[in-house]
Amino acid sequence: MTAIAPTEAAPAAQAADAAEKLHPFRQFLSDRLATTGLAIVLLLTLAAVFATALAPYDPTTIDPVRSLEGSSRDHLLGTDELGRDVLSRLLVGARWSLGIAALATVSVMFVGTLIGLVSGYVGGWVDGVVMRVVDSLLALPNLLLYLAIVGTLGPGVRNVFIALVSISWASYARVMRGLVLSVRERAFVRASRSLGAGNSRLMLRHILPNVISPIVVLATLQSGGNILALAALGYFGLGAQPPTPEWGTMINQGRLFLETHTTLLLYPGIAISLAVLGFNLMGDGLRDVLDPQVARRSH
Amino acid sequence: MLTYAARRLILLVPTWLGLSLFAFTLSSMSPGDPAAVILSRELDDPPTQEQIEEFREQHGLNDPFVVQYAGFVADALRGDVGISFRSGKSVREEIGARIGSTLQIAIPAFVASVLVAVFFGVLASLRRNSIGDHISRAVALMFESVPSFALAYLLIIVLAVELGWFPVAGKGGLPYMVLPILTLTLATLATTMRLTRSALLDVLSQPYIRTARAMGVSGRRVVLSLALRNALIPVVTVAGLILAGFVTGTVIVETVFAWPGVGQYVVAATFSRDYPVVTGFVIFTGTVFVVVNLCVDLLYTRLDPRVRLGGRVGHS
Repeated sequence: MTAIAPTEAAPAAQAADAAEKLHPFRQFLSDRLATTGLAIVLLLTLAAVFATALAPYDPTTIDPVRSLEGSSRDHLLGTDELGRDVLSRLLVGARWSLGIAALATVSVMFVGTLIGLVSGYVGGWVDGVVMRVVDSLLALPNLLLYLAIVGTLGPGVRNVFIALVSISWASYARVMRGLVLSVRERAFVRASRSLGAGNSRLMLRHILPNVISPIVVLATLQSGGNILALAALGYFGLGAQPPTPEWGTMINQGRLFLETHTTLLLYPGIAISLAVLGFNLMGDGLRDVLDPQVARRSH
Repeated sequence: MLTYAARRLILLVPTWLGLSLFAFTLSSMSPGDPAAVILSRELDDPPTQEQIEEFREQHGLNDPFVVQYAGFVADALRGDVGISFRSGKSVREEIGARIGSTLQIAIPAFVASVLVAVFFGVLASLRRNSIGDHISRAVALMFESVPSFALAYLLIIVLAVELGWFPVAGKGGLPYMVLPILTLTLATLATTMRLTRSALLDVLSQPYIRTARAMGVSGRRVVLSLALRNALIPVVTVAGLILAGFVTGTVIVETVFAWPGVGQYVVAATFSRDYPVVTGFVIFTGTVFVVVNLCVDLLYTRLDPRVRLGGRVGHS
């Protein structure tokens, strides 16, 4: 923990100066916490991509003779109640836990950004209506709304994905709309409008590139939130259904062995925490680099 | 002040209506005919088609969507948010019977969480970049990253299974409450701590603090009587956010510890497809949030006169 200490030492003023001197990418790489986060995320992504090649066993093959074993040379992280290899399940589980979260993050970012962009640009009653919807969706904790949707549509990965996308676009829309309002009347936008640029061109070519950084930061931080939400729904038993090796679902299955085989809970718990930590570190670092205004306020 | 309050109140109406529309749309999308479900509980034999049709007609289930929604809103405003499919009791009664258990762990956790968070937030901002600051931020980051159910199991494994200090789960006396409260406290700590730290850092860099220091006001007095009061304003404004952490937290913690509160009840209801309970809970919590945010707004104007004056100027 002491090793991480010096990285955040730069006072806000210095950080702002540095932002002007260094290229954002190099500045990001000089932040040790942020690069740690990036490393964790890359490592887990690689594990997810090459899961089937890396996994020593098939994650769903049952071997009743070797159930609930501890760590051994055959099974590095032991086996679960059905004799399935825990390491293989964690690796393939990364595909589910991270893959769905990533897919949801990207879809939500796209949908939310688009809605916010149009809402802020068009203004008027459209903006009014969209923002009231956003207010309503942001008035309740996300997990509750996810629970309500998945509870209605029924458990399963597809419905969890629908829930994630149909709720969490709101925060992007609000951020995006505020940003659009702040640049809509700036000189360069008016200049290109007077040169005859159409609405969609103005929105996509002139406004969007100028406001995209905070959205990237938000998306990175939200990835962690989506992984947590996915895991929580999996833990409730509403997410991926067994025998799918999703991490939250694995904890749900493992809790029956709470008093005897704690590692069945610990390993997926560590995997989830590590993934969320990676995205949070990376998001904090990106925010410092891309969004110095926000960074100055929050440090 | 009154006009400001009235304006805030009016702004909340569309938010609440949006929430109720969301809840109502969900319930109307849910598979399963409520008429069939309720009738098969009331009658001994499975209901006939005519009985179902009669019930639907009587209870307005054949009305157009808008009419049904209007009825739903009118009922909800009177505190009636539907009847549980499973028990046949009103959702309000069911929630009312369990809210005490939830508050039993939520209130102590709230007090502990806020006290600990503000304490460490202040400490971290005063000893900025010290080892203590880094450790407290690292701890905050850790608690933000570990899912609360995993944290709960970690505490159970160490404190209940290995050391045997507390029971694993269930409801009973004080020993049963310790682990749920501890989990909830730790899981909600990070947000408040982060906010206190950044808000206090912000205030401490203001000119009036420097002036006070230059005039010889002691360091402790500057922090406790001048800075902290102003720093807590932004913390109060996100009380809604903190409350959100607690609602989510209690749902998860109650499920892990088999604590018979509202959260566990709702999770169970999603499983047994008891839709009115889920919908009712959304409306119930939504109303709580809307009211809390209103109170926060009004409190904010008392704490920070600039808002009140600004509001008046904007209004005239």
